[in-house]
Amino acid sequence: MDQEELLLFIFYLGRFDIITVPRFWRKIVNRYNLLGTKCEECGEFYFPPRNLCPSCRRKGDIETYRFNGTGKLVTYTVIRSAADIHEKETPYILGIVELEEGSRLTSYIIDCDIDDVEIGIKVKPVFRRLGEESEEGLIYYGIKFTPVN
Amino acid sequence: MEVGICSYGVYIPKYRIEVEEIAEVWDEDAESIKNGLKIKQKSVPDTDEDTATIAVEAARNAVKRGKMSASEIGAVYVGSESHPYAVKPTATIVAEAIGATPDLTAADYEFACKAGTAGIQTNLALVKSDMIDYGMAVGADVSQGAPGDALEYSAGAGGGAYLIGKKDVVAKIEETVSYTTDTPDFWRREGKDYPEHGGRFTGEPGYFKHVIAATKNLLNKTETDPSYYDYAVFHQPNGKFPTRAAKKLGFKKEQFKDALLVSEIGNTYSGSTLIGLASVLDKSDPGDDILVTSYGSGAGSDSFKLKVTENIKDIQKEEPKLESFLKEEKHLSYGSYARHKGKVK
Repeated sequence: MDQEELLLFIFYLGRFDIITVPRFWRKIVNRYNLLGTKCEECGEFYFPPRNLCPSCRRKGDIETYRFNGTGKLVTYTVIRSAADIHEKETPYILGIVELEEGSRLTSYIIDCDIDDVEIGIKVKPVFRRLGEESEEGLIYYGIKFTPVN
Repeated sequence: MEVGICSYGVYIPKYRIEVEEIAEVWDEDAESIKNGLKIKQKSVPDTDEDTATIAVEAARNAVKRGKMSASEIGAVYVGSESHPYAVKPTATIVAEAIGATPDLTAADYEFACKAGTAGIQTNLALVKSDMIDYGMAVGADVSQGAPGDALEYSAGAGGGAYLIGKKDVVAKIEETVSYTTDTPDFWRREGKDYPEHGGRFTGEPGYFKHVIAATKNLLNKTETDPSYYDYAVFHQPNGKFPTRAAKKLGFKKEQFKDALLVSEIGNTYSGSTLIGLASVLDKSDPGDDILVTSYGSGAGSDSFKLKVTENIKDIQKEEPKLESFLKEEKHLSYGSYARHKGKVK
């Protein structure tokens, strides 16, 4: 897990004390539109975006890539005891989604009953509130995933 | 010059609460409320949905259904009476989320329930004057009704987004007029959670006066009469008002029934007229004439004369259509509804 992936994971846990406003804003376009990167040399896709392909290193040719967004649920957990900021949303599902192109990311799985969720189901992205810094603070928006009917 | 709607999209949250569920909590007669308001249920946002998320989903659907690229959009106006921030535009969130940034102008509008049609008029002027190629107008709301207030039965959630331009027009905007006065029929003070309204006062001096005057002005200006139109779309705060206004103006039920969705989704405020229009466009044929009149408390009405073109057939093939949002429903108890709307603090 590189630093960007770790930050994304921390963000989804609701640790907005670590993910500050500037840190969120730097990747706002990526979070809104699933903008990642692709290494044209080896064909590998990355989300969150990487500036350097870890396989090809200096031979790599990194380009911005907009993910289609559809994918499948690789694994998930049900959060019943959450950070203060997410307390009113429990129980909710946090899962790892593998996008069609191959990249994996951590995200909420929403708009479904917990009992209906299974590993391997197809999911699609939706635009939702991810949380807020505080009642007076910034509202964080971005992508969550919902099962495809 | 042919300027009009090039694409459109809607979004309605899937949650619903029925009138019976609310009436039981407040010990009121559900049948009498249903008959009075002509509302069966209303839409409710999820806990993580607000005006910005609804506006983004509607705008993305409009871009997806259209033939243009988001980078060609030169203006985004988002109309709502429930913008998530008092200061910070919803329009920048929408513009960023549809990929229209950075070379565009953007701003938020507020005019109770008619801020979305005000955005269409602004974009129409910008396109006609060649300042932009395409403009996006969004009307979206997660409207508020205080616990126990009459508005609690009708205040729903939803939005519509319209792309205005010159290329691949699906419905020409042939004329638009507005009628505006300072009328205190409904308001919400800064920092307050719920709006205040003038009860029965909101009908005659508010809704009926403005909707009827704007529509008559449009009919006079275009030298048309109600029988000229295939469809008529009116703002729908409840089922009774648009029906009464339409009949008073001389429209027949066949002309306005297809746009009436308030019984199923409630009053979606800035989304109301735009969702009603989408319902009509989804089933219209080339050559159809449509009259649209919005209403915003405070107060004013915008009236439009539209003519559907051959291009409507292309967009009608594209998903998601309005119908898909009406099919998917999940009903809530009053307790879950209170949680969804943040009524429990």
